[in-house]
Amino acid sequence: MNVPIVELKSAMKEYVNGALKVTALRGIDLRIDPGEYAVIMGASGSGKSTLLNLLGCLDHLSRGDYLLGGENISKLNDDELSEIRSRRIGFIFQSYNLIPQLNVLENIEVPLFYQGVPEPVARLKAEELAKRMGLSERLGHKPMELSGGQQQRVAIARSLVCDPILMLADEPTGNLDSKTGQEILELIDELHAEGKTIVMVTHDDDIAHRAQRVVRFMDGEIISNVWNGEPKV
Amino acid sequence: MTSMRPERMVKLAFKNLGQYRLRAGLTMLGIIFGVCSVVAMLSVGEGANQEIQEKIQRMGSQNILIKSVKVPSEESGQGGRRSLVASYGLTYDDYEELSRFVPNLEANTPIKRLRYDVQFKSRRLQTDVVATMPWYLGVQNYRMIRGRFLTTTDMEYGSPVCVIGTRLARMLFAGYDPIGKTLNIDKDAYTVVGIIGDLAQGEVRLENELWMEGENQSVYIPFKTYQQKRGDLFIQLSKGGGTFEKIELHELILTIDEQENVVSAVDAVRRVLKRNHKKEDYSVVVPLELIRQARETRRLFNIVLGSIAAISLIVGGIGIMNIMLATVSERIREIGIRRALGARRSDIVLQFLMETLLLSISGGVIGLVIGAIIPLAITATTDVKTVLTFPAFAVAFSVSVSVSVVFGIYPARRAALMDPIEALRHE
Repeated sequence: MNVPIVELKSAMKEYVNGALKVTALRGIDLRIDPGEYAVIMGASGSGKSTLLNLLGCLDHLSRGDYLLGGENISKLNDDELSEIRSRRIGFIFQSYNLIPQLNVLENIEVPLFYQGVPEPVARLKAEELAKRMGLSERLGHKPMELSGGQQQRVAIARSLVCDPILMLADEPTGNLDSKTGQEILELIDELHAEGKTIVMVTHDDDIAHRAQRVVRFMDGEIISNVWNGEPKV
Repeated sequence: MTSMRPERMVKLAFKNLGQYRLRAGLTMLGIIFGVCSVVAMLSVGEGANQEIQEKIQRMGSQNILIKSVKVPSEESGQGGRRSLVASYGLTYDDYEELSRFVPNLEANTPIKRLRYDVQFKSRRLQTDVVATMPWYLGVQNYRMIRGRFLTTTDMEYGSPVCVIGTRLARMLFAGYDPIGKTLNIDKDAYTVVGIIGDLAQGEVRLENELWMEGENQSVYIPFKTYQQKRGDLFIQLSKGGGTFEKIELHELILTIDEQENVVSAVDAVRRVLKRNHKKEDYSVVVPLELIRQARETRRLFNIVLGSIAAISLIVGGIGIMNIMLATVSERIREIGIRRALGARRSDIVLQFLMETLLLSISGGVIGLVIGAIIPLAITATTDVKTVLTFPAFAVAFSVSVSVSVVFGIYPARRAALMDPIEALRHE
């Protein structure tokens, strides 16, 4: 049996927002297997962003456990979480989040930089990924000099550079026109076809149709869990 | 765990600072001014100090100088009978007793110093005539320029010979070679046997040049010769009468074998003189004490300079902190991205500290260069002496760098402790 990539057990997340105590996740169970392409949907405030941050090891659970690739990371400290982020997670953001003063290659290399990968090795890997993303002509350019689609391609290359076991995408097409968005989605489909495990947050139903699995959130709880159009509990 | 090589951090810091060239430059200005003012101040201070030290050293740190001082006598008041001859100061007895009782004494040099008209051919001027012993040359550290100094033979026979200072040679003998010429000291004829310059220490230059430059204007004659010719009574005729003074010795220079014995010797000197003199018609000058005082003064001077320097460096440091805080708050998003991509808190601290360090080191280096040029320019354009010292450089540089690092820690930590989720959301 396959070890699941993501396994959340009674995951609970509470915030203190001023005097208010907000419960963002009310004890959810979620399992995502290797190679799955899951879309998470829900209104804003439903807890989907919180979930994504937790999956990305940017945040701690208040209660419950999170196993990433079989490893319980609920109790890890900040440095250990940083290490996990750099080695096992690939982030793709809505607003690309490239570092403005670095060029395309340097941006792609950032995760390797923090892993301590020697520069020539990192350079080779970045070049290879940039080529694959169709950015060969743009290697020395700064993000400001690129189109939105190109920037997102750089971000995808960057998310792939450390061979993550889990790719997290937060509205990756939100800032793009539909044609460019389509191209990016096709790229993600391609990655999925290669066997990457992908979790994507969106509120676009058209996008959701591309995924094999749709998880809907409301008020911090999973209200539906659908595989290929078939609901399953 | 991961280990990032420092050169990659430096490269990254360069790249990051490259975004804010103007800002980085302005930040560096604070450090530049701080460092260069510290270096310049210390150089000028050190120059002044060395000049003072040199002056005192010229008197000899192992010497004790005793001078006769004229004390107004009680009788010379209003209406009272004035004694015809004012008799005061050091005596031959003092000389004998000091020689006997002062411990660790190496040399005791008696001196008569009087002003006379001296004349060569038709040229004439008034100057100091110093009647002393052959070892005076060594005790005073003077340098022989030409000929010889007074000898024991001169002493024994009371020979009418004299040694003249460079300045006197220049003024009185211009156009002549003074050696062998006859110099008249208040009508007594002396043969010039040597020329002496100022200090023996100091660089040796061309003989002629030094000959011309010396400031020594005195005439030196054998003590015994003067005693035989003139005795101890000094008569000065002037309008409306004249003064008669009886002074056996004008000065005594006691040379002690080691510097550390000077203090106890001074005590002995004071005891002997106190016993021998009813009035304090003498003064004791201890160059060593002057040196100590100069050092004390210098210490104070350094404290004042140091405080000014510290303030300017701290101001520079605050400038750095200011700029780094601004930089950090402008780059919150970047910090969030880096954290999301695997940067640890320590990586972020290191990144910003490295930027601070780069700013302060380059500012420090520029400051050192300018700080070195300023004193050189001062010396070149005025005759103020300045001395560049390594400690000044080291202190200015290391203090500025460490101040910046201390002030850089706060912004860097602030950056590192930010919640990555918040930071990513920041716009």
